[in-house]
Amino acid sequence: MPISNYIIFCLTLFTIGIVGVLVRRNAIIVFMCIELMLNAVNLLLVAFSKMHHGAAYLTDKASLVGAEAQIFVFFIMVVAAAEVSVGLAIIVMMYRNTHSIDINFLNRLKN
Amino acid sequence: MNLVEIAFWGLSSLAIISAIMVLISKNPVHSVLWLIAVFFAISGHYILLNAQFLAIVNLIVYAGAIMVLFLFVIMLMNLNKERDPQKNVWIKLAGAVSGGCLLMVLVSLVKQANEVNTKQVEMGIGHIGLIKTLGKVLFTDFVVPFEISSVLFLSAMVGAVVIGKKDSKLENN
Repeated sequence: MPISNYIIFCLTLFTIGIVGVLVRRNAIIVFMCIELMLNAVNLLLVAFSKMHHGAAYLTDKASLVGAEAQIFVFFIMVVAAAEVSVGLAIIVMMYRNTHSIDINFLNRLKN
Repeated sequence: MNLVEIAFWGLSSLAIISAIMVLISKNPVHSVLWLIAVFFAISGHYILLNAQFLAIVNLIVYAGAIMVLFLFVIMLMNLNKERDPQKNVWIKLAGAVSGGCLLMVLVSLVKQANEVNTKQVEMGIGHIGLIKTLGKVLFTDFVVPFEISSVLFLSAMVGAVVIGKKDSKLENN
């Protein structure tokens, strides 16, 4: 499978996430679109790791080239889990104060 | 067209259609369910790439834990279709057009790059995605970041509790 297929697929998913952040006003949906973008990047990292591993595998069957990228994806998932817990707590607090999850309320943050 | 290519295109189209449905469904609960479908498709891609550990972690952490957290929050807030805030149609159109322009520019860039168009992803070979290999790498080369991430989790937990608890001073005012 050519790497460009993976790149274009991940770019499409990432762009859908960007459009979601631009278009929706529901704070939870915006947050979910950020998760979508993170996942697109993760998939691209894994595809690149397999691309580099495939080149190294021909010379050395036991090479570990590319394993770092998968560890990196693992750490991205760890950070995303921590980020989601804090972000959802912030959204719940915002809902408690304003009784809405419309992100346009946040442009009056100073009041 | 062999089996791997059929699986690639099937999973890709499933992921993209589900991602679009996340955007256009009015009910937030439906959006969460479509996002879970996207995560399943991405896990299928990981399995195709022979990254079995990441496929399982993606399912357990994302589709299992994070999405359940989203569902809990949506159901606690009792959101429904009538109260879902909507932007006006011109802003939606502008967002879609600008996103389409970005995608067009990026795809044309990828199509022009010679470096990218000659490289192949070797899908079936290799063992770097297996739990045994990744565990060895994680606990030898990356053990310090692994331990630091536990501190990150602790601070995230404390932060979520502190932010989420009811502020008694605020209610008295």
